Amino acid sequence: MKLTYLVDRSIKYILLVCALLSVFILFLIAVFTLREGLEAFQTIGVGQMLSGTVWRPGQDQYGILAMILGSVLVTIGAIAIGVPFALGCAIFLAEVAPDNVRAIVRPAVELLAGIPSVVYGLVGMVVLVPMVRQIPVPGNSGYGLLSASIVLAVMILPTITNIAEDAIRAVPQSYREGAFALGSTHWQTITGVILPAARSGIIAGIILGVGRALGETMAMIMVIGNSVVLPKPLNDNPITIFLRQARTLTGNIAVEIGYATGVHESALFATGVILFMLIMLVNIAARMLMKERHA
Amino acid sequence: MNEESEETMVNTTQDVAWQQTQSEAEAHLAKRRLTEKIAFGVLWAAGAVAVLVLIAVVGYVLLEGAQVIDWAFLTTRPKGGLSGEGGMSTTIVATIYLVGLTILIAAPLGVGAGIYLVEYAGEMQGTSGWQAHLISVIRFGVETLAGVPSIIFGLFGYALFVTTMKFGFSMIAAALSGACLVLPVIIRTTEEALLTVPRPYREGSLALGATQWQTNWRVVLPAAMPGIITGVVLSVGRIVSETAVFYVTLGGSYYMPPSPILHFRDFLTSGGRTMALHLYYLANDTAAFDKAMGTGAVLVVSIILINLAINYLSHRLNQSMRGEA
Repeated sequence: MKLTYLVDRSIKYILLVCALLSVFILFLIAVFTLREGLEAFQTIGVGQMLSGTVWRPGQDQYGILAMILGSVLVTIGAIAIGVPFALGCAIFLAEVAPDNVRAIVRPAVELLAGIPSVVYGLVGMVVLVPMVRQIPVPGNSGYGLLSASIVLAVMILPTITNIAEDAIRAVPQSYREGAFALGSTHWQTITGVILPAARSGIIAGIILGVGRALGETMAMIMVIGNSVVLPKPLNDNPITIFLRQARTLTGNIAVEIGYATGVHESALFATGVILFMLIMLVNIAARMLMKERHA
Repeated sequence: MNEESEETMVNTTQDVAWQQTQSEAEAHLAKRRLTEKIAFGVLWAAGAVAVLVLIAVVGYVLLEGAQVIDWAFLTTRPKGGLSGEGGMSTTIVATIYLVGLTILIAAPLGVGAGIYLVEYAGEMQGTSGWQAHLISVIRFGVETLAGVPSIIFGLFGYALFVTTMKFGFSMIAAALSGACLVLPVIIRTTEEALLTVPRPYREGSLALGATQWQTNWRVVLPAAMPGIITGVVLSVGRIVSETAVFYVTLGGSYYMPPSPILHFRDFLTSGGRTMALHLYYLANDTAAFDKAMGTGAVLVVSIILINLAINYLSHRLNQSMRGEA
């Protein structure tokens, strides 16, 4: 009998240790990436790294501005292409689709989320890049920000769609009834009542999509071209910047970590620290918006 | 007579005005309905595009992949080289080994954490002691960990397991890094599964004199099992499709990893190459796009099977909950 109680007590604490493990891992991640990146931050300087436009590890030049710009531009591109589609899907699934259509579209969106990123990268390389190459602008290789943005848009679609759909479904039925009773059409109800009411949830979904986009690695390496040069428009039209090859922060780490040593390796960890902080900020913003909705 | 006609006059003007507003309203309504039709058409198109993109990606990979997949492709090992000679047998085995090892590490820890958060931490909610703070710190940890991008897990695993702990590029280093990646997934799904178990189950068991652990082990966990397994299967999918973490922790050797039963130590320290990694190497370092497609097709089929399993499990979970309510 005593043993039973002893077991009962000790298991409680064993489980507590399991629960604390997540915090511990987070702590370890912060400590290890910071520790390894410290050398770079000290010898190169944070400001130098962030504002430097030249990445040439052979000559001890470690500016990551080009990679920051690459990550930001590809994310903007993915958001511009992906968000309208994702929101359309979310409204469609929550408000418009009949049950039998929903039963097809919903699992399709879920499966889109499950497809490995290397498969998206491969299809991007084989199908999308040759298509983008057809755009007649001198210097356009097909590989670059536009291809990467399109691939990324498909990859973040499920994230945004799921969260936005939940937010739309969470709008109380009485809001809809009120709008219908005033004579609104269903579409007027959606744009005038439901979307404003679901706004914070939808924005949280988009922000989480941004977080995913910034963190994506392998598919980006495969289609973005991995040039370390600061992306500039190919001609007078500023939009042609998206036809330029680039490199993301994530790609920079993955491509070079295998053979990097010394300050070079440390600079890659420092890149990781900056990426980590960027994504933490984004996720915390999303979480605050989600909490606001529940309050 | 005069008065009467005046009255009719007033009536007609009112009628005319009324009819005018009515026809205006009808015109307005027609316009609103048209807008709605167009908008809904666009929404249908958005849904259709999502399905079409999926069919295009999956269909393309399967059709292209089917041309190279045969028994020999599945059962011979990659031969390396720039033309990507050989099949993919060792990568299938390595994937299965790595999934097994990762789940073996992550599942007990994740399920344990989930049980603590639902069954033990619940009592402390609303209290203001240090334990309540501890719980909110843990929740913050789980949520934050879920948002960490996979390349950061890779960097971390590389720094801690590969270099500092001197495991080298190995199964154990990759599995430990992968376990960190899927831990939040397992914790969350376990929590959700436990929350669906009705309160009277616990009360009945406790009233019979069972301790809290006996209640959890014999009553609550069996009832939540389909949900917990769903979380584990979800993690299997994450590991099968993950590339970035293993790219920097597993090495990429395409030789057959040693058997975990006969040579456990060698197995833990051997490098390897999962199917997803193999696809990446083929597409980026060789010209063998056909072989990459073949590997992609096997990968996509595995993911579809995993998704079907999840749907089946959650369907069964729903059914059993409805049956017993």
